[in-house]
Amino acid sequence: MKLPIFLDNHSTSPMDPRVLESMLPYFVEKFGNAASRNHAFGWAAEEGVEQARKQIAKLIKADAKEIVFTSGATESDNLALKGVLEMYKEKGTHIITSSTEHRAVLDTAKSLEAKGLATVTYLPVDKYGMVNPQDVQNAITDKTILISIMLANNEIGTINPIQEIGKIAKAKGVLFHCDATQGVGKIPVDVQAMGIDLMSFTSHKIYGPKGVGALYVRKRNPRVRIAAQIDGGGHERGMRSGTLPVPLIVGFGKACELCEQEMVTETARLIKMRDRLQTDIMAALEESYLNGHPTNRLPGNLNISFAYVEGESLLMGMKDIALSSGSACTSATLEPSYVLRALGVGTELAHSSIRFGLGRFNTDDEIDYTIKKVIEVVTKLREMSPLYEMAKEGVDLKSVQWAAH
Amino acid sequence: MAYSDKVVDHFNNPRNMGSFKKDDADVGTGMVGAPECGDVMKLQIKVQNDTIVDAKFKTFGCGSAIASSSLATEWLKGKTIEEAQKIKNTDIVQELNLPPVKIHCSVLAEDAIKAALADYQKKTDGQPTGTK
Repeated sequence: MKLPIFLDNHSTSPMDPRVLESMLPYFVEKFGNAASRNHAFGWAAEEGVEQARKQIAKLIKADAKEIVFTSGATESDNLALKGVLEMYKEKGTHIITSSTEHRAVLDTAKSLEAKGLATVTYLPVDKYGMVNPQDVQNAITDKTILISIMLANNEIGTINPIQEIGKIAKAKGVLFHCDATQGVGKIPVDVQAMGIDLMSFTSHKIYGPKGVGALYVRKRNPRVRIAAQIDGGGHERGMRSGTLPVPLIVGFGKACELCEQEMVTETARLIKMRDRLQTDIMAALEESYLNGHPTNRLPGNLNISFAYVEGESLLMGMKDIALSSGSACTSATLEPSYVLRALGVGTELAHSSIRFGLGRFNTDDEIDYTIKKVIEVVTKLREMSPLYEMAKEGVDLKSVQWAAH
Repeated sequence: MAYSDKVVDHFNNPRNMGSFKKDDADVGTGMVGAPECGDVMKLQIKVQNDTIVDAKFKTFGCGSAIASSSLATEWLKGKTIEEAQKIKNTDIVQELNLPPVKIHCSVLAEDAIKAALADYQKKTDGQPTGTK
């Protein structure tokens, strides 16, 4: 086993060597511009792109023509929200989203609001982080043009009832965008069955290269139109101009193909490792709390709060394991995770949260090591924690008058 | 974020971690911060003849908060009450090479020192110094 261990697969993922291999011919040998229609160099590049488009579309049960390449999921989210609003603003300017969306959706929505271009409803989530489809239905007005709800949450892994929301959107004639960045390649996605009109996802979360993503844009029932946000040449059916990064796209395609072929076995393996991690840690450490949905969750996700210890110090104590925390100390804003806060998790427990993100290349040995290390470090830090000491003495921490600073 | 070697050292080998009985007459206890803010420091001093003979801490917080309080206990030992009053958060920032986002950890440590000294002085108030 090699240290450090990468258990932060929600942030990004290592590239699969098979993906790298598929990309290599497209750097030096087949370097053409996929938009060059008049020579063999262009044709070779285009062939690579079109094959990737098919591989990607197959994974999400779409048509290859419905895939628009972007630089990543953040751009896809921006393009979906801004593009739909600009195209359909005569119809209405109301957008419905949820409070636990990724910043790429929330910040885009806020920017549209700040410019006076849209009004946005931010739906609450339940204690597991799930959006209630009934809330979506109730929030729709005759001015609503877009619903944007994520497939699976990047912090807690909770999977939303996308199919039900898709049905409501269809019945009301409102477009439905889904940020599926964490879900595509990990759980089955079917844009038809789920009633999705636009969907953002990216390559680097599924063992493909960084710098390329896609926006699925439905072509029929209904034919969705979006206003381009980048002009210059009319690539990607006029929705996103710019020379296609052919090697990245080829890698993205290969990554999707591998996910599709290996999803069943990989999911079973990840769930087994994840459940063992969860069971062993939580059995050994009192007052550890699972964040997110107990079952309806991404296979590789585990998010636990360890009462009385602070997240960043936990990460520091486990520096040979790459993890993430909802603690304010690890964020740029010095505010603890807004996702955990939206679930109703207390601020002190939000500061104490650790996200484990398991992926394709994690092994049982790494999980064994992690279990041992987490138990050791939490125990050590609790010995050091005045809060743990007070709780052991029977002091109700909520009754204490803290000298907040 | 990369931590300075000194922060890592204090985090891995905390000095004077633990507790005194807070009701003992020669012990001053300072508890500052709040769980919602992500850091709580408890700093205790044991005083004899106006001199801090021992100090202990317990901290809930990030690595820099733990290091700041650990360092504070090291500095407090052997100092008189008056000398201890003069420890400034900026001294801690400098010693531990704390980045701007972690300055509040040093402020908290200074507050904890002041609170522990105040608690001790409150206990001994009205009594001649150096006796008990």
